[in-house]
Amino acid sequence: MDDLTRRRLLKGGGATLGAAAFARALAPITEWTDDLSVDGFLQKHYKELSRDEIAAVCKRLEAETLQDYGAVVQIGDVRPQPGVEFAYALNLSVCIGCRRCSEACHVENNHDRATNNSYIRVLRIDKGTVDLAFSDTTYEGAVPRADSYYMPVQCHQCDNAPCVTVCPVEATWKEADGIVVVDYDWCIGCRYCEAACPYHARRFNWTKPEIPAEEINPDQAYLSNRIRPQGVMEKCTFCLQRTRKGKLPACLEACPTGARVFGNLLDPDSEIRWVLENKRVFVLKEDLGTQPRFFYFFDE
Amino acid sequence: MTSHATTYLAFLRRAVSISTDGGWRFYTWMTALTAVMLVGVNAYAQQLGGGMGVTGMSDHVSWGLYIANFAFAVGLAAGAVMMVIPAYLYRDHEMHDVVIVGEILAVAAIAMSLAFVTVDLGRPDRLWHMVPFIGRFHWPVSMLTWDVVVLTGYLLLNLHITGYLLYTRYRGERPDKRWYVPFVLLSIVWAVSIHTVTAFLFSGLGGRPFWNSALLAPRFLVSAFVSGPAFIVLALEACRRYLDVRIPEGPTWTLVNILRVTVLINLFLVLSEVFTEFYSGGSHVASAQYLFFGLHGANALVPWIWFAVVANVVAAGLLLAADKSRMHLVIIACVLTFVGVWVEKGMGLVIPGFVPSTLHELVEYVPNELEWRVMAGIWAMGMIIFTLGLKVAAEVFTGRAVYRTEPGAPVPTAPETV
Repeated sequence: MDDLTRRRLLKGGGATLGAAAFARALAPITEWTDDLSVDGFLQKHYKELSRDEIAAVCKRLEAETLQDYGAVVQIGDVRPQPGVEFAYALNLSVCIGCRRCSEACHVENNHDRATNNSYIRVLRIDKGTVDLAFSDTTYEGAVPRADSYYMPVQCHQCDNAPCVTVCPVEATWKEADGIVVVDYDWCIGCRYCEAACPYHARRFNWTKPEIPAEEINPDQAYLSNRIRPQGVMEKCTFCLQRTRKGKLPACLEACPTGARVFGNLLDPDSEIRWVLENKRVFVLKEDLGTQPRFFYFFDE
Repeated sequence: MTSHATTYLAFLRRAVSISTDGGWRFYTWMTALTAVMLVGVNAYAQQLGGGMGVTGMSDHVSWGLYIANFAFAVGLAAGAVMMVIPAYLYRDHEMHDVVIVGEILAVAAIAMSLAFVTVDLGRPDRLWHMVPFIGRFHWPVSMLTWDVVVLTGYLLLNLHITGYLLYTRYRGERPDKRWYVPFVLLSIVWAVSIHTVTAFLFSGLGGRPFWNSALLAPRFLVSAFVSGPAFIVLALEACRRYLDVRIPEGPTWTLVNILRVTVLINLFLVLSEVFTEFYSGGSHVASAQYLFFGLHGANALVPWIWFAVVANVVAAGLLLAADKSRMHLVIIACVLTFVGVWVEKGMGLVIPGFVPSTLHELVEYVPNELEWRVMAGIWAMGMIIFTLGLKVAAEVFTGRAVYRTEPGAPVPTAPETV
């Protein structure tokens, strides 16, 4: 055997071994590709889908939920109502930090059970300061503590929302009624919005959410509480699956002290308008110019 | 002249044959890099299967090692321009002969930075959503779309320049200036743009005071002009030792002279940032406090950043002390400052932006073992591209790889300069 042939043989052997190693290294990918579908891959952006196409997508998602989670759910495409712009206000004088709002959110919005995820984070803040550096979210024991007040923080549905600005694919936008939504089937999972949000309101699906079938809330909407896919962003939508049908957000219904006020800004007789006009109202991090639709207030 | 259809195919065949042929040292190096790359591929496949939750990242620190490396790799690509400027604007002929090393580095580094953002995506299957006209490209509003534009543009520019120069040389022709000099000049401006835009990604976020500084883009550029030249000095030294080519000494010392200044300016900019943060104080200083001294017992980054500071200070001293009889000092300095900048503008810049969080929660981040494997794989891929590029260039530029119409035909006289 001459030197050249031997060299070729060795190279061929090396290349074959290399290809085999490559295939072996890639093997764990099947766990992911099993979860992908051609229809899902080709699906267009929410705003480019016709009503019929969205209905078909929702049907497919319902079937996938049944297959993956064993639960029968209804996924609707709930649209904003004309003449409605939502706003939320929270009375810091009466909030007791019981975290029932964040628990209600967890259940209503079909959050991953293992991580105990919720769109609401409740801050305990030392009395005598408004500096968040003197706050914590991991407080335990009986509430309210005499030395503290409590500030639940969720998405502020900013009119000048940094998360919407930074998204490279327009997967998140502001709807006509003021709610900032995410198309979970369009998001690429870059998490730029999560870095941009000054209120830590956004969450990422680090794994595929796990919820027992009997705990799944079956009343779902495409843009809100349907079970999110792995690898995409999610956020508070003011429970649009409820509020756009005239109900109140789950966090408000769960609040035992009546600290939460929700309503239509365009309705001059609404409670939210009364609060904004008559209470000492402020927004969080006003200096950033985000123009939140979520307000805090104190009683006199 | 033979038609391009024939010579281009012959050129590609020759490039493949050069890329797969070499001495034992070449095979060992390439086998090792391939093995490391496969380890990375395997780790990434696990991440796709299990979700991003298998990394050390969380909703509190939602970017980590990958984006840190992304920022650094973009800088490495931009730093290559420090060869192009002397070669083309100052007509440094020796630099002109080796400038292709910088251009190949730019290609390899951009490939790495694109890989680092891709592995950071939760849904890489949806990358097509970013393609203009087919998807919804949020340009010009989102800075990330600007980054896609400038990185892709820089990759194409450098692929064209290197490809054109190598191919015409392979054909035994003198490159036509009209076909590459305008692109080279454009690439100088473009190099500045890629790192400026990458800095703007961070500095444009009002909710992250640690990044929200006008000094960030200048800092990124200067640190790029540290890491890029440092890497090229090391690469030229490696070419001198391991590739059968003559590399002049001049370019190395031009780069060392650039480094002597940029390392100091980089330290000065870091100092300016540190002064402003700590002297004015208040809650804005929390991230810097966390980075340099630790905050409420959380201090994962403290050893990293002090290592970076010491490495850069020592490198600055060594570079000033080095001369042609003490080349080893230059090599040590380049290694130190390369690693120092990697820490300072990678982990030292990206992570503290998230700690404490925007609601002042203190959750730390340490890259886990899987992330290190993915990172090693991408670096190995970058080094494979760089090595093969250098090897092909060396063969073409020494006239060993040149198109012959028939076996035994006389070799056309190689042009004197590129």
